[in-house]
Amino acid sequence: MLNLSDIRNQFPILNQKVHGHQLVYFDNAATTQKPQAVLNTLNRIYRETYSNIHRGVHYLSEQSTEEYENVRKIVQEFLHAARPEEIVFTSGTTGGINLVAFSFGEKYVNRGDEIIVSEMEHHSNIVPWQMLCQRKGALLRVIPFRDPGILDLEAFQNLLNEKTRIVAVAHASNTLGTVNPVKEIVQMAHARNIPVLVDGAQAVQHLPVDVQHLDCDFYVFSGHKIYGPTGTGVLYGKEKWLEELPPWQGGGEMVECVHFDHTDYAEVPLKFEAGTPNIAGVIALGEAIRFLQKTGWDDIRRHEEELGRYARAKLSEIEGIRFFGDAPGKIAIFSFLVRNLHPYDTGMILDKLGIAVRTGMHCAQPVIDHYGIEGTVRASLVFYNTTEEVDRLCEGIRKAITVLSR
Amino acid sequence: MTINEIQDQIIEEFSAYDDWMDRYAYLIEMSRELPPLDQKYRTKEYLIEGCQSRVWLAAELKDGKIYYFADSDALLVKGIVALLVRVLSGQKPEDIVKAELYFIDRIGLRENLSPTRANGLLAMLKQMKLYALAWEAKMNRQ
Repeated sequence: MLNLSDIRNQFPILNQKVHGHQLVYFDNAATTQKPQAVLNTLNRIYRETYSNIHRGVHYLSEQSTEEYENVRKIVQEFLHAARPEEIVFTSGTTGGINLVAFSFGEKYVNRGDEIIVSEMEHHSNIVPWQMLCQRKGALLRVIPFRDPGILDLEAFQNLLNEKTRIVAVAHASNTLGTVNPVKEIVQMAHARNIPVLVDGAQAVQHLPVDVQHLDCDFYVFSGHKIYGPTGTGVLYGKEKWLEELPPWQGGGEMVECVHFDHTDYAEVPLKFEAGTPNIAGVIALGEAIRFLQKTGWDDIRRHEEELGRYARAKLSEIEGIRFFGDAPGKIAIFSFLVRNLHPYDTGMILDKLGIAVRTGMHCAQPVIDHYGIEGTVRASLVFYNTTEEVDRLCEGIRKAITVLSR
Repeated sequence: MTINEIQDQIIEEFSAYDDWMDRYAYLIEMSRELPPLDQKYRTKEYLIEGCQSRVWLAAELKDGKIYYFADSDALLVKGIVALLVRVLSGQKPEDIVKAELYFIDRIGLRENLSPTRANGLLAMLKQMKLYALAWEAKMNRQ
């Protein structure tokens, strides 16, 4: 069992008043707060061991390099990757997807080819592919979703053809909360030798991920959504892909030797890490993952599932609430509208009550368009949230109804 | 009344409320006083783009003065638009162009100026001033 007050004490930012009310932070799908251990690590690095990595002969450089490279192993174990070399550090999910869209696209995508994404993707898993399509004269195809927020795999099967070059799909939807059957999707694509990139931005913080079990070719996530620092991210790629793909950005770190007539690139994964990386951030990301593992998946899962069930039940009691995305086994992300209230009005009232939610399109406009609405209110919960906070949200929504319907 | 006289009046009205709930209720009341927007202005052309809520804003020139017409699908935003319309509508273009809207700060709506609130005051205000600038330039040419 989680000791919730102990957990919450480790997130100093949660213990504050906003507009005179105890803060309720329900915008975790946008970004999560940081535990003390991560803050301490950032502080320690800059105070004690900070230096540039992979090149210095001096003590601090060696210390920093060792800690940085150690996080590669932590992430490898966290994702159950076969080798640490399959882990590339990026600036975030967006950075990882852009890297693959560029490098994979350069080598394997040509005029008339097709790339498949889904209707429930975040903009960052749409736009880089769209840009690639424009560059190469390729075509973007879309797997639709059906009520209550489930991908239509039959339609997906029909989209797969000899022109398909890659499939990019979210592990979990940031708006609907749906956890997609990525293993099945990978199997279907692999049956035609088509690689799959999985956007794990909304999954890694909620459920254990095993990239070898999923058998996906690429898996990306952001550090800041998994209790780590902003500006950190991970791209997992199967070794054979990382070896074959050309580098995306050029610069220091990613080279073996440089001459004006040619340059030899560094080995994988450094080939993809041009320039000085986010050294302290990556080391603190390692601490965030350690923190998660120490807390324990079983307890995290149990609490988040209970919290999700509680929130779903309590929110349903509000008259005139409409949910968008209600798939079985979903993570605790609730997109909803209440009666005819505008989500922005609702969000502004909730803010005044100290409750942080997201309103609008959640960077997933196709999802919002799917329902023919203008946007939703989104409450996204993680394991440091409590049932009392859910009660506060429900109370706040009722208050918003009173104020706005007057 | 001049722009500043109207601003002072709004500040005076707001001073009666010391908590946000009353201020929001007042904004909602303001939103109801905004005359309904003519259908011809409820088009993409008059839409101020943003992800949070939709705001339509149009302007007409009559006897050397600008009259604004606006609407929003979010109530609180509509209340804010209504305040801006109340302050600037019926004023001369040159007065609108050089108007400094200090009432926003004084009534605790500063947060609505944040650039992340794409449909916030700033975008609307900019559009209102652009209309005024355009009319001013046109009148000077005549």
